[in-house]
Amino acid sequence: MTVDVEQLSCQELVELVTDYLEGALSPADTARFEDHIGRCGGCTIYLEQMRRTIEVVGQLSVDALTPDAERDLLEAFRGWRPA
Amino acid sequence: MAQAAAAEAQLLDRLRAGDESAFRALVREYNPSLVRVARIYVSTQAAAEEVAQETWLGVLNGLSRFEGRSSLRTWIFRILTNIAKTRAVRDGRTLPFSALSDPGRVPEAAVDADRFLDPEHPRWPGHWALKPEAWPEDALIAAETRERLAEAIEALPAAQRAVISLRDIEGWSSEEVRNALDLSETNQRVLLHRARSKVRAALESYLDQP
Repeated sequence: MTVDVEQLSCQELVELVTDYLEGALSPADTARFEDHIGRCGGCTIYLEQMRRTIEVVGQLSVDALTPDAERDLLEAFRGWRPA
Repeated sequence: MAQAAAAEAQLLDRLRAGDESAFRALVREYNPSLVRVARIYVSTQAAAEEVAQETWLGVLNGLSRFEGRSSLRTWIFRILTNIAKTRAVRDGRTLPFSALSDPGRVPEAAVDADRFLDPEHPRWPGHWALKPEAWPEDALIAAETRERLAEAIEALPAAQRAVISLRDIEGWSSEEVRNALDLSETNQRVLLHRARSKVRAALESYLDQP
């Protein structure tokens, strides 16, 4: 994503957070992003909130298969003859 | 990378030899993601679970012919996608192609516009009108916060839910998600951005309540 303006507004910055975290911004845009973060308390907190969000989402557990469904699949596997 | 390929070759040998524990481990590892991805195409959780079950049968059927030109994971997800699309057509469901191929068509703001000053504001255009506040650490790890978080993810459009689940819950790389869902790099990022932004907003509105 390219950023046309010289300086980012906060409203523009929040749309670039994922690109920033994914390393998808150009070096110039990365510099502009970090320059803004360095001067803006609100955006510093916003970026931190996004990082924390990613962290807590990562702690959610993956829903397991029901025992019945797993048993059915294992039965299918037993019935399956390797060619 | 070479290590992963070797581990996969070993797993394939065990599966082909009829090793049940290898199959069980594979199912446990991938089934939750298969169900989430299936939900992009079919309308109910039950239908998605059936599609995942059918996918495993398809995997067994194709295992002897699998040549390893793609990774095992990519191959399994291709089977899933085909079955899910067929199922969606049978159920008379319009495929949400636009959700995957053109997610940026409809603009969505990461943060409500009314949180910012006017873009024409003389002094601070587009600056925070209402700044975010740092979150209390203890609230963030509370069980109830997790419930809200899970609800926020469940409420996402299916394509966004699939991408955030694979990336952030299951820890896949963006390339793995792109391959499994057949997404462009940009579209993967747009879906991830929207999903994460909405989940953050949901957390904020929950944690900001006094």
